[in-house]
Amino acid sequence: MAQTIDSQKRQIRASSEASPRKRRRSGWWLPYVLLIPAVLLELLIHIVPMLTGIWMSFLQLTKFFISNWSAAPFTGLKNYRVAVDFNGAVGRGLLNSFYVTCRYTVLVVGISWLLGMAAAVVLQRSFRGRAAIRTLFLVPYALPAYTGIITWNFMLQRDKGVVNHLLVNDLGLMHTRPFWLIGSNAFISLVVVAIWRLWPFAFLMLMAGLQSIPTDVYEASAIDGAHAWRQWRSITLPMLRPVNLVLLLVMFLWVFNDFKTPYVLFGTSQPAAGDLISFHIYNATFLTWNFGSGSAMSVLLLLFLLLVTSTYLLVTNRRRSSDA
Amino acid sequence: MHDTRAFKVFRGVVIAVLAAFTILPLYVMITSSMKPLQDVSGAFSWWPSHITFSPFVDMWTTVPLASYFVNSVIVSTSATLVSLVVAIFAAYAVSRYRFRGRTAFTTTVLSTQMFPGVLFLLPLFIIFVNLDQHFGIQLVGTRIGLIITYLTFSLPFSIWMLSGYFDGIPRELDEAARVDGCSPIGALLRVVLPAARPGVIAVAIYGFMTAWGEVLFASVMTTDVNRTLAVGLQQYSTQTNVYWNEIMAASLVVSVPVVIGFLALQRYFVAGLTAGAVK
Repeated sequence: MAQTIDSQKRQIRASSEASPRKRRRSGWWLPYVLLIPAVLLELLIHIVPMLTGIWMSFLQLTKFFISNWSAAPFTGLKNYRVAVDFNGAVGRGLLNSFYVTCRYTVLVVGISWLLGMAAAVVLQRSFRGRAAIRTLFLVPYALPAYTGIITWNFMLQRDKGVVNHLLVNDLGLMHTRPFWLIGSNAFISLVVVAIWRLWPFAFLMLMAGLQSIPTDVYEASAIDGAHAWRQWRSITLPMLRPVNLVLLLVMFLWVFNDFKTPYVLFGTSQPAAGDLISFHIYNATFLTWNFGSGSAMSVLLLLFLLLVTSTYLLVTNRRRSSDA
Repeated sequence: MHDTRAFKVFRGVVIAVLAAFTILPLYVMITSSMKPLQDVSGAFSWWPSHITFSPFVDMWTTVPLASYFVNSVIVSTSATLVSLVVAIFAAYAVSRYRFRGRTAFTTTVLSTQMFPGVLFLLPLFIIFVNLDQHFGIQLVGTRIGLIITYLTFSLPFSIWMLSGYFDGIPRELDEAARVDGCSPIGALLRVVLPAARPGVIAVAIYGFMTAWGEVLFASVMTTDVNRTLAVGLQQYSTQTNVYWNEIMAASLVVSVPVVIGFLALQRYFVAGLTAGAVK
């Protein structure tokens, strides 16, 4: 018994070293057992469906084969050819949706980051009422996404909503009441609602990151005569780099895949201006029940995300190693 | 040191603008939930013509809200609890052991976070339909199907956050417990877990919020029997004739518990995020 405890202790000590040891110790299987449930669930819900999805994208999986998909004929790259044929209706729709999503992502991520950063910096040092304001700013993030978006849906109604009331009646900025949920304005609505939901997350992450910057760095620079802007440029921003790297990537992936905002805001009457890519694929698939074509479009989306993410990681890692 | 005047002005402006932006929808939600129907059927008014609480009563009959509520509570709670247990074991293995396949595991799990939801949705739907067709296992239109799906959504992030948290707990604690005769699992349950309580709470909140607000899978995997609040309210709110006061009342009621829970435990959440991000 004493021996096993001893060996386990050695194992713990060995495990804290970076290099794994090849020789098998007693209890080497324990981490695998601990991982089994997680691995099984990941396989069941993520890995197997993903591989199935890739397989499906090569099938002519139309509504006749939904309940017996093994009978669906193999069509090779046909689904892909249709999806990227930008002269055809399907390809043109996908391309338009891709453009909309790119513009949406840049605007939402950029502005959310700016707002989150401004709020985090402003609330960095304590003053009266800081805790209350911080709590208020986190409410949109804590709110279940759909209740926030449903409220915006009500606010953006042409005749009943607060937005037109504010713009036309109270501030007099406009003479006629615009439609916000149909036509080209739908894009603006989508961006505003998404920012409203996302910026508190940027704020939360940046606030957490700011806590790790020691205050004496600021004090020293203040003695040297650095002002707030200068301090932000040369202390805050560089120190937040690790947080920013993760934050921007995570926000990019969330926003690019965003489905909730357009789905809850528009329901089934999707305007072309708000046709984000996940929403587009979803509608295209469940309208025609052509799962093969829908899977092909999803795989294309995945490939794009993989490309962007790996480029991003490559560039940021290279810069980090060249800094060192 | 004190703040310069320019900074104070900047601070005032930033707070005012962001507070107005944040509050406006909350204000609309709360005041509209106390308006009589004619107030929300015509032009917007900033204040109810008279304050009424009937939307909070009527909303239960306009849509089958109680049934949505029960479904959401059961699905979100079960998914959170199971995901928490699974994540704790996995995070402990990742944090305390160096084993072959460790990096492969963490990379794979984390990278599933970036995959678009539709990519899983379509095959998962087909798989569920075919399981029903061939083996009689019904997953579409049942709570079990939703629970299984949801618990994996929060799993990657939970494992990542928790293993960061466990890393911050000194190994000497485990060792001491082991010297006292605890098994590895015993050390996890009796020593590490209590020390990591803030992280566990943060992960539980995250899991619950994820499941409570999920829309994409719920819109496909639910029927009248197992419809959740998210889809139930969404479907009602995009109809042409909507009782907005009741929808706002219902939104308020389903939001309040989650918001209070999050705000009360926010410092754990921030601590959990930092532990994961600093790593």
